[in-house]
Amino acid sequence: MKIKIVPFGIAKEIMQGSNITLDLDVSASIADLKKILKEEYPDFERLNSLKFAINENYEADHFQMQEGDEVVIIPPVSGG
Amino acid sequence: MIDIQISENPLVPQTCQDAVADPSAGGAVIFLGTVRNQTKGKKVIKLEFESYVPMAVKEMHKIAETIVTKWGALHVSMHHRIGLLEVGEIPVIIAVATAHRQAAFEACQYAINTLKETVPIWKKEIFEDGAVWVSAHP
Repeated sequence: MKIKIVPFGIAKEIMQGSNITLDLDVSASIADLKKILKEEYPDFERLNSLKFAINENYEADHFQMQEGDEVVIIPPVSGG
Repeated sequence: MIDIQISENPLVPQTCQDAVADPSAGGAVIFLGTVRNQTKGKKVIKLEFESYVPMAVKEMHKIAETIVTKWGALHVSMHHRIGLLEVGEIPVIIAVATAHRQAAFEACQYAINTLKETVPIWKKEIFEDGAVWVSAHP
């Protein structure tokens, strides 16, 4: 299934600015996605935290994605 | 009333003060974040803020709703700026009005602390010789 990945902040720099589309196994979880991203972009390992949002909500590791989902990568936030 | 805004334009404290004005309020606490000129002794030239705006607005709403429920706030106004900011400019304003002042102080502190933990906004410090995403690395 196709999943669109949208990085922000330092995640955008780690991925060289690009939104990408990944072809993942059906019912792949956020944990699976995290593993794939860390293999492809080892710099993700060095971050303080790495979170993911779908439909503008944080989703935990066990969350299963669906075809066409847009997954936003949320590196450590630093507003204020 | 809950007033949440993310804007590329300079923030105006009076706007947030007006948003929380209420005759039944005993006080309002207004927090202004300002861009500091150094980090750990290193001179900061500018800050750049980026946000995943629709989700940031949602997360700021959650904070404001908690304040209304937990501290009985009459009104909450939270404005955050994005884009490039110079030293001394205001990236964030949080205003909370309550019947009694103690609740407003506590609620305002809760709001800024939680915003820094949950709201998808990112700050890059720009130095003379480079730039760093704040809090990204241990």
